[in-house]
Amino acid sequence: MTPEKPLVEVEDLHVSFRTPHGRVEAVRGVSFTLGRERLGIVGESGSGKSQTGRAILGLTARNGRIDAKRMTFDGIDILKASPRTLRKIRGARISMIMQDPRFSLNPVVKVGEQIAEAYAIHAKASRRVSRRRALEMLETVQIRDPEKVFHLYPHQVSGGMGQRVMIAMMLIPEPDVLIADEPTSALDVTVQMQVLALLDDMVRDRGMGLVLISHDLHLVASFCDRVIVMYGGRIMEVLEAGRLHEAQHPYTRGLLECLPSLDRRQEMLPVLDRDPAWMTEARR
Amino acid sequence: MTDRTSAAASGGFPAAPRALKATAGAVLSLVLTFLGLTAVTFVIGRVMPADPVLAVVGDRASEEAYQRVFLEMGLDKPLYEQYLRYLGQILTGDFGTSIMTTRPVTEDILRFFPATLELATLATLAGCLIGIPMGVWAAVNQGRWIDHVVRVLGLAGYSVPVFWLGMVGLLIFYGNLGWVGGPGRIDIYYDGIVDDVTGVILIDSALQGEWEIFWNAVSHLILPASVLGLYALAYIARMTRSFMLDQLGQEYILAARIKGASEFSVIWRHAFRNVLVQLITIIGLTYASLLEGSVLTETVFAWPGIGQYITTSLFNADMNAVLGGTVVVGICFVGINMLSDLLYRLADPRARA
Amino acid sequence: MTMATQPRAAGLRGWLLDPSPASTWQARAQRGYLGWVGFRANPIAMTGFVIVAALLLAAAFAPWITATDGLTPNLGARLLPPSAEHWLGTDQLGRDIFDRIVWGSRITLYIVILVSIIVAPIGLAVGTIAGYAGGWVDAVLMRIVDIFLAFPRLILALAFVAALGAGIENAVLAIALTTWSPYARIARAEVLTIRKSDFIVAAEAQGASTFRIIRRHVVPLCLASVIVRLTLDMAGIILTAAGLGFLGLGAQPPLPEWGAMISTGRQFLLDQWWVPTAPGAAIFLVSLGFCLLGDGLRDVLDPKSASA
Repeated sequence: MTPEKPLVEVEDLHVSFRTPHGRVEAVRGVSFTLGRERLGIVGESGSGKSQTGRAILGLTARNGRIDAKRMTFDGIDILKASPRTLRKIRGARISMIMQDPRFSLNPVVKVGEQIAEAYAIHAKASRRVSRRRALEMLETVQIRDPEKVFHLYPHQVSGGMGQRVMIAMMLIPEPDVLIADEPTSALDVTVQMQVLALLDDMVRDRGMGLVLISHDLHLVASFCDRVIVMYGGRIMEVLEAGRLHEAQHPYTRGLLECLPSLDRRQEMLPVLDRDPAWMTEARR
Repeated sequence: MTDRTSAAASGGFPAAPRALKATAGAVLSLVLTFLGLTAVTFVIGRVMPADPVLAVVGDRASEEAYQRVFLEMGLDKPLYEQYLRYLGQILTGDFGTSIMTTRPVTEDILRFFPATLELATLATLAGCLIGIPMGVWAAVNQGRWIDHVVRVLGLAGYSVPVFWLGMVGLLIFYGNLGWVGGPGRIDIYYDGIVDDVTGVILIDSALQGEWEIFWNAVSHLILPASVLGLYALAYIARMTRSFMLDQLGQEYILAARIKGASEFSVIWRHAFRNVLVQLITIIGLTYASLLEGSVLTETVFAWPGIGQYITTSLFNADMNAVLGGTVVVGICFVGINMLSDLLYRLADPRARA
Repeated sequence: MTMATQPRAAGLRGWLLDPSPASTWQARAQRGYLGWVGFRANPIAMTGFVIVAALLLAAAFAPWITATDGLTPNLGARLLPPSAEHWLGTDQLGRDIFDRIVWGSRITLYIVILVSIIVAPIGLAVGTIAGYAGGWVDAVLMRIVDIFLAFPRLILALAFVAALGAGIENAVLAIALTTWSPYARIARAEVLTIRKSDFIVAAEAQGASTFRIIRRHVVPLCLASVIVRLTLDMAGIILTAAGLGFLGLGAQPPLPEWGAMISTGRQFLLDQWWVPTAPGAAIFLVSLGFCLLGDGLRDVLDPKSASA
């Protein structure tokens, strides 16, 4: 890892939402930095990992509030940035792929057109050029018949193909950072492997920074350089991927032990014992 | 409202291409509904009254007129044969003769229909042109004043008796303020001056250069068109808002924002495109219900359309005219709904492919 | 999520909030109470509730609220404007309009209730039979339902009454004929959803007859959707009835049916505006009330389809 200035700096991020039942805190004091490396964020549902990703893009929902001591991308202050600046950053410099292509693609627009749009927004290119680039991108994500797939609608495309389209769409403007929010959770296991391999290649080839958000600890550990473990909106622990077994925090240890393993002999799968103190204590 | 959209056929034939399937299904539904409608009017006209012939010829008709109609209606034949005869007559455009006007009902209907279409079309157009942007605006600015306005308007529009609203409009804008022309389509002394080419006074008078008459017609048109337009607007705006809110919460909108699309693009090129398809059904419903409601509103505005024709025939116990008008309006109502349903299926790529 | 440890409330409220109900009756009462609490929190729903309650009370206590019977002419007091003595003025026969509107609420309620008790059972019956029987019975019944669904309500009601003659009962029949289809659809949809459920199979395995199953298991489940739909439909029913009345096809004079009142008062629109305007406002208000109530009920009883 080259000791360059980090791309993303987050310090003490708080995200809360106004709901009919009062204020709900989704993220409570999260801090980390990201360079041209792979960072994994692991946590269960409700741990705040997805909201962290969205906050970086400035795309928290309308009834949400973001507070942080610092949140910058490549020196640009995201908290104070104008909507125009944010729009320029999104797509061109940071991008995000989401879980289910059935919902994250516009159902009434052809998939090829959607990819082309992603290119045209920032390159300000003509329709013809954008279409050509989109077709090239479809090939890059290993879709076999780009011409045909271009004209398909999202509901006509299988899960794995849909995710490739998503990847194509979000990487075509060549961002520096990609946030992948549960990119393979909606896919079959075999397809998962393929999509991850594709992601691996593309991130490496372009020297991008990657934030991989998932609930799958092993997946994140095998894919990323560093792992952040989140629970209840806070960071429990930060580890190097290779040193997962040296985890100190009881939550991380609990997670590791809950995963069944072929090597270890187990009579019964342990159940995670949640310590209420984890909700309130600061990060170790 | 979704009941009407699912009322169209859900098919059942094997492997035909979807568009063909949808059209065939719609046609089948239309035919069956047409048969049902005519069956109902048949029952109403022939089976229910104590003396169906009397209902047609009136109680002042001569004995020979009575006999003639008796044979014409085939009342000596079995019921199903009568129905087939009736059906045949309708299909050839024969709705019998009106007691009131002594002309064939078909002729009367053709004469009065354009006035109704004029109102319904203008009102729906106004409803769309103003209502759709309002609905979008309300959805995008959820919680702000425009949002509340649209919600209240939508609710009020659903509960208000339109004919009463028309009356109140007449009271205020004609009676008190004198801003618009009163009941009727045109001032009496202008009646009949312009030749009847299309049946639509606005077009006819413009074509013939009779501008005084044109403006007079406009002044009479503006109030009913506005009242009905308000009614249409309330409904369309409310549904547009509802659909837009639905879409704006979807993941693909987030994806579009991630791509860096402008807010305008997100709203109109992404969300609205998904809404447009659904709006087709809504617009169809609005138009159809305006046609149907003409029975009441035309009475209030003394508008010489098919609605008034039916109600006047009603008061004159003119069965042929009432049923003829009912069948025509009924068919239009059903037809428009089915057409919009079909358009919806053709426009939505998910239903199409 | 915080664990709330509430102190056990005493008496009736405690019984209603008890986390472990001792009998079916208690569980049902609890559900009703919780539904009511949720409903009460919704101001829009409460407004609708208040309006509808006012309608019911006005109808019930009409003899005590009104000064006259609203029917006898009083030619000395014709067409008087609203005043302290006549809150909404008098009509062309000198009758107090407020009183007539209050008496008219009975007619409105009569129509609404009558239509409901015709429409709901028929719709439920047709829908559950179609859903339960399946096959060609289902196909035929649903075709019929679809055909009726596609009909224009007002026009057909009009033609129907034209043939049968004017009168409240005929108007009710006409409206009912054009309103029952959606309920058949609702019932059928519910039946199809639960038909394959284990508890239905269990009941069948115990030897319960089809009729018993429908009555004791299927119908209660459909009831919620039907009630919501009915309440929302009431606005439309009232408007259609008013329309028929306006055309002189509903209740006949001198009965104070609101639609008919608008019609007879229409000629006085420009000079004595209150004569046709007041009954119309009443129709509007009551219609609105049912709409709001229906919306609120839907949020409570059927949160899956809550409005935006």
